Amino acid sequence: MPAPRTLLDKIWDDHVVCAPPGELALVYVDRHLVHEVTSPQAFEGLRLAGRRVRRPEATFATPDHNVPTTDRRLPIADLISRQQIDTLRSNCREFGIRLFDLDDADQGIVHVIGPELGITQPGMTIVCGDSHTATHGALGALAFGIGTSEVEHVLATQTLRQAKPRSLEIRVDGRLAPGVTAKDLVLYIIGRLSTEGGTGFVIEYTGSCIRSLSMEERMTVCNMSIEAGARAGMIAPDAVTFDYLRGRDFAPRDFDAAVARWERLPSDPGAVYDRSERFDAAAIVPQVTWGTNPAEVVGIDGCVPDPASFADPGQRDGAARSLAYMGLAGGTPIVGIPIDRVFIGSCTNSRIEDLREAARAVRGHRVAPSVHAMVVPGSGRVKRQAEAEGLDRVFRDAGFEWREAGCSMCLGMNPDTLAPGERCASTSNRNFEGRQGKGGRTHLVSPTMAAAAAVAGTFVDVRTWRTDA
Amino acid sequence: MEPFTVHTGVVAALDRANVDTDQIIPKQFLKRIERTGFGRFLFFDWRFRPDGSPDPAFELNRPEAAGATILLARRNFGCGSSREHAPWALADYGFRAVIAPSFADIFHSNCFQNGMLPIALADADVEELFRRAAAAARDGRQLRAVIDLAAGTVTVDAPGDAPFQRSFTVDPFRRDCLLRGLDSIALSLAHGAEIDAWEQAHGIAPGAGASSP
Ligand code: SF4
Repeated sequence: MPAPRTLLDKIWDDHVVCAPPGELALVYVDRHLVHEVTSPQAFEGLRLAGRRVRRPEATFATPDHNVPTTDRRLPIADLISRQQIDTLRSNCREFGIRLFDLDDADQGIVHVIGPELGITQPGMTIVCGDSHTATHGALGALAFGIGTSEVEHVLATQTLRQAKPRSLEIRVDGRLAPGVTAKDLVLYIIGRLSTEGGTGFVIEYTGSCIRSLSMEERMTVCNMSIEAGARAGMIAPDAVTFDYLRGRDFAPRDFDAAVARWERLPSDPGAVYDRSERFDAAAIVPQVTWGTNPAEVVGIDGCVPDPASFADPGQRDGAARSLAYMGLAGGTPIVGIPIDRVFIGSCTNSRIEDLREAARAVRGHRVAPSVHAMVVPGSGRVKRQAEAEGLDRVFRDAGFEWREAGCSMCLGMNPDTLAPGERCASTSNRNFEGRQGKGGRTHLVSPTMAAAAAVAGTFVDVRTWRTDA
Repeated sequence: MEPFTVHTGVVAALDRANVDTDQIIPKQFLKRIERTGFGRFLFFDWRFRPDGSPDPAFELNRPEAAGATILLARRNFGCGSSREHAPWALADYGFRAVIAPSFADIFHSNCFQNGMLPIALADADVEELFRRAAAAARDGRQLRAVIDLAAGTVTVDAPGDAPFQRSFTVDPFRRDCLLRGLDSIALSLAHGAEIDAWEQAHGIAPGAGASSP
């Protein structure tokens, strides 16, 4: 009998094209996603070397990082942003690549539209010049971010040079308490693993809690695997996955045959991981980051830590530096910290369920007068769906801005940025110094927590939040 | 790609952990469509004060870091965004190698694509290098290191200090590509027949493409 294999083993074994002696394995890439920021130099490299794209039909492109989230009919004011988007257009035209352009109803954040269009499928290898490619692993794919030179390599060869990563099982059993979301779960895990705990590993999330998550929630979890240092996160496909994919534009035409193949993907009983960690879902409370990396996180019922409480001198210095940047003093309770801005969006939390969840916390309330709040749907589809459900009205009536799809203030490459010193409750994934704008202070939270903070003007414990819905 | 064989250079000590690629090259500089010219923007938000003048307190602006080509840092260097602009900026500024206890995965592989060598040393060895860099700075000297990729060694020789030499390992394939300055795409294209065979075995006619609506 063959040895039991993990989900990662199965996808890996199926995609190794060759492993010549003395060389890294060549791994086939099924789907390649492209956006405007990390691709121009790759296409330029192809042109300079006189190379073609081996399989243009396997690559899909969309502009998302730079795009304005205000009126799309107006020209892009930032000339350099406009040039980068124009460059993507002309590259896609020249090399025959499918582009979901700004005026396309399906444009959106690349990690939102891949699954939504059914481009992302179980058992595939998927890459993109973007570290949050890990998101696509939620559907049982091996999906990871690459650099621009590797983008060029994939365009030219449809393969990548890779060493097989090690496997890390993160098993989460039990149920999340009311008010606790997939975002809280993944922030909690990152806090325990540290920002480099997953380096060199592909995480497979398992356990009863993970199985109970919706597709959207699974994407939120896998999305932030990179914040724990893991290049990819994955969840074995099951009925939730198949139901999500059925009928999507790019789903296989013979869907039942595909399901029969996908059902063989989950890790075999007795398969061995290189490392395993277990977590109890019931122990998790809503999370808020207090520092300048995603592992600097604490429960909503906690306090900003005192740097002196860290035994390790490096950690102590790091925490002191973080707190100086964040303008916070050790020992401050998280509940009650006043905020200036709220951002609900990004490839972590801009799907329809995230917006429903946020709208539930907002309905019947008003945004605090001191807070500027915005909602940026992850894609054109999410936006239309939310509007069909009247969520945009809920947000607008409460005083939120309702924007067009894009990365927006997750990284502030477009005009959506924090001013120096502004404090933001953000549903995005990175609280690095300056990430949302130079001098801006980011606290990562769930959509519910962000929505409630917008109303209260300070962080509040959503477990005690009154909703009218 | 410029080959990397033996490199001798000045070490700049950046005593920080978890240096993310957003710091190495902030997003406002990612809009360029070229690979070159990013060195001016390296560590921009740390390097320059709001009025645009260099911040004398920042590690790379100190006299002992002048002309440095080897960067010394703490664990998890290069975490965060996959932007290859980070190694482009480091290389354009003049760095050829980064020494740290650990590197983020994507940054690590991006370095090799750009003739830059990431060297992982044990925590204690990195600590010792920081100590020597600080001692050199106090004496108004620069710390110099010799990196021999084929031998896999880092050597620091400073007057009055015991000789310091440590071995490091890198993936042999990546090392060969770096030593010889090879074009990795050309190497992979040489396996075209195997790629064709894989596609055929998986029902992908060359050029037939992905399933579409
Ligand atoms: S939403 Fe943020 S993290 Fe996601 S792809 Fe865009 S910039 Fe990157």
